[in-house]
Amino acid sequence: MSVARMRVYRGDSEGGREMEYEVPLEEGMVVLDALHFIQANYDGDLAVRWNCKAAKCGSCSAEVNGMPSLTCKIRLDTLPLHQPITVYPIKTFPIIKDLVTDVSWNYEVRKKIQPFTPAPDTDWTMYQEDVERSQEFRKCIECFLCQDVCHILRNHDKKNEFFGPRMMIKMAEFEMHPLDTADRKEQLRGEAGLGYCNITKCCTEVCPEGIHITDNAIIPLKERVVDTYFDPLSWIFSKFKKN
Amino acid sequence: MEKYETHKHDIIVIGAGGAGLRAAIDASARGASVGLVCKSLLGKAHTVMAEGGVAAALANVDTGDGWKTHFHDTMHGGKLLNNWRMAQIHAQEAPERVEELEHWGALFDRTKEGKINQRAFGGHTWKRLAHIGDRTGLEMIRTLQDRGIHSGMDVYMECTITHLLKDGERISGAFGYWRESGRFVLFQAKAIILATGGIGKSYKVTSNSWEYTGDGHTLAYDAGADLIDMEFVQFHPTGMVWPPSVKGILVTEAVRGEGGILTNREGKRFMEKYDPERMELSTRDIVARSIYTEVLEGRGSPHGGAFLDISHRGGDYVKKKLPSMYHQFKEFAEIDITKEPMEVFPTTHYVMGGVRVDAETTVSTVPGLFAAGEVAGGMHGANRLGGNSLSDLLVFGRRAGQGATEYANKINDNSLSIDDAEIEKAVKEMLEPYENPHGENPYTIHQALQEAMGEYVGVFRTHEKISEGIEELEILKERAVTLKIEGSRMFNPGWHLCKDLKSMLIVSEAIARCALQREESRGAHSRVDFPGYDDEKWGKVNSVISKDNGNMKISTSPLPQMPEELKSIVDGGYK
Ligand SMILES: Cc1cc2nc3c(=O)[nH]c(=O)nc-3n(C[C@H](O)[C@H](O)[C@H](O)COP(=O)(O)OP(=O)(O)OC[C@H]3O[C@@H](n4cnc5c(N)ncnc54)[C@H](O)[C@@H]3O)c2cc1C
Ligand code: SF4
Ligand code: SF4
Ligand code: FES
Repeated sequence: MSVARMRVYRGDSEGGREMEYEVPLEEGMVVLDALHFIQANYDGDLAVRWNCKAAKCGSCSAEVNGMPSLTCKIRLDTLPLHQPITVYPIKTFPIIKDLVTDVSWNYEVRKKIQPFTPAPDTDWTMYQEDVERSQEFRKCIECFLCQDVCHILRNHDKKNEFFGPRMMIKMAEFEMHPLDTADRKEQLRGEAGLGYCNITKCCTEVCPEGIHITDNAIIPLKERVVDTYFDPLSWIFSKFKKN
Repeated sequence: MEKYETHKHDIIVIGAGGAGLRAAIDASARGASVGLVCKSLLGKAHTVMAEGGVAAALANVDTGDGWKTHFHDTMHGGKLLNNWRMAQIHAQEAPERVEELEHWGALFDRTKEGKINQRAFGGHTWKRLAHIGDRTGLEMIRTLQDRGIHSGMDVYMECTITHLLKDGERISGAFGYWRESGRFVLFQAKAIILATGGIGKSYKVTSNSWEYTGDGHTLAYDAGADLIDMEFVQFHPTGMVWPPSVKGILVTEAVRGEGGILTNREGKRFMEKYDPERMELSTRDIVARSIYTEVLEGRGSPHGGAFLDISHRGGDYVKKKLPSMYHQFKEFAEIDITKEPMEVFPTTHYVMGGVRVDAETTVSTVPGLFAAGEVAGGMHGANRLGGNSLSDLLVFGRRAGQGATEYANKINDNSLSIDDAEIEKAVKEMLEPYENPHGENPYTIHQALQEAMGEYVGVFRTHEKISEGIEELEILKERAVTLKIEGSRMFNPGWHLCKDLKSMLIVSEAIARCALQREESRGAHSRVDFPGYDDEKWGKVNSVISKDNGNMKISTSPLPQMPEELKSIVDGGYK
């Protein structure tokens, strides 16, 4: 039987090392299956997050052969099996243990975003073409892979100054909701740090949901903020049009 | 004894899926101090995986719909074993609950007139399922999450509750551990709402996640509450069968709702034989048995399933209406469902049985203990209709929030105490696996349990098989007394499994004992040795499981009696 050699990072905030495990291959097997095999047969205490095993919940993020991915989505037979497969925790967030990282920062930031705010006397008629924009962003499964690859968070650790791509689409989702009346441009320009993004598109490339984070959310948000900054009337007008 | 942290709230909600979140939002809105506890990160509960839609008689597409038809369909889907009052409340309140989600920001797919669109589903007379492509659960949980985090509740993520605590007869708290550190934590509360979901991890082939170990069912059972109808485990007709790694993953019923056709290896549309009127949109129990029978009789697809084909609807339509199915098959099975058929076979999906609750308030038979969502029993009778779970979560989640708050308001702050001896016992139990150098590997026993449940208490059951199953469970229970684990208590899945395994064993035993007792076939419970309905005897009772002196007791209790006006709706072939 052919086997995959899995080199899995094992450790905690104090440090750690790669451990190598041999896992028998089965047709269609994904990286998460291999991790489960390791738990059941070698190291029962290997820490891994997962829920759906169907790329729907965004729990199982890790860096496989250096690529930020959902481990339940990567089939082993798409990887070069003549060499060991490395599995590391996502780097941008502090490690708790093995492949589990502390992503609580995302939840804290999320709370700062002004939620959906409809007018008190809203007529709830909405047409498909009006909701599609926001629907794209609402596909997000919060895997935080975009947060993981964004160089502003990953290399420059500007978590205090930039909310990151996931939160940009969250804000865009509310902003582009046809019946929202709140105004998030001040926050976008200020504490959310929209200006930090220099449109490298790494976030879009890695998104397992195929959300066009940069083209459909960040760039339009930047345009809105710039428009208002130079021409407050146009912002008011755009809000007016939305309603 | 080691130190543990303590938190105090009026209400502790265990579970942050649709039911738990909706309950917590309601209780917070009523001014209660609420703690919301969940095993995973917020937003990852099972509800996130729901695909096809949420059932509510909005009558946006089929204007003839109304609560009475929804009630009628639900009762017939449940083969009249449902708690009629729950089914009535559910049908009446679901539309309002769904519209409320829209007011909180959910963006459902639209009709041409700009209303919430609705699709057909098995057993529903009209197009009734509000949906967002095939990711309805994601939309629902995000909307509730957004609402919840601004409602003033405290969220305790990645925290597992292992024991409920009582002061005399009344609930007084919950005890558990942080997954991250392995340290213990006590929650003092006047009322507790269980919203822990289901039990599917007792079976090998399942659409359910690691969380579905029947914790809530076991917590309630251990606290002295009744469980009802545990024999009714829904095997969803269409799980993936190939490749092995994805076996059991759900293929949403929306595929059939959108016109998917089932055929066998001879190319025959076999549902003609089993339910010529409703065909693929028959109820899940019937479709699951039909597929199973086709395979059993040698007419299965190459990997032992049936073919499910949607390609005739055209590539664009399929990708628009069933995007995640398209990707799921493309990526996991290398099948393009816009061009080729899928292969499907039944997978363990949902448990109709659960904590016996009062329809109005969701209180269980233990004062202060409430239950809503999949963990509660009664609403769906012997078989759940698709889409009726998400609506159930909203309707009874909200009612649980209300019921628990009203109960908690009547309790004096200082009148409840926590029994230290109970906590000491809980800690001892949890730390036992660290003291068994020669114990068994919990993963091994879990696998054996899953094999046994599939083999002995699966889709088709007999007295002989179930009895063998119960013997096997006894052996596994024995083996699970001494479990061994390695590593520290920090985020240690092996250690977590030790307690989960105990819950799974209890729930499995409850399922097996109820299945053995009910000598008839009804809904999801198919006894080969008793193939027909026995309306005179079994059609009149619920199965009841309770804890009696440490042992599992099984009995029956008469179904609540339906008022005449509802009977006429049920009998009337209502349209
Ligand atoms: C793939 C799939 C698709 C589905 N599609 C549909 C559909 O289209 N329509 C429909 O109506 N239904 C559908 N269902 C069924 C429906 O999704 C579930 O029944 C429903 O989401 C259950 O919700 P819940 O709130 O009861 O529990 P869940 O959403 O499962 O939440 C349970 C919560 O309890 C927590 N928990 C459990 N045990 C503990 C513990 N010991 N301590 C602390 N926390 C604990 C978990 O962490 C979690 O937060 C589907 C199910 C699956 C699996
Ligand atoms: S496009 Fe912007 S948000 Fe996305 S990775 Fe690049 S800098 Fe970060
Ligand atoms: S936007 Fe995409 S990559 Fe980012 S968290 Fe959401 S699903 Fe993941
Ligand atoms: S386990 Fe849910 S996305 Fe991988």
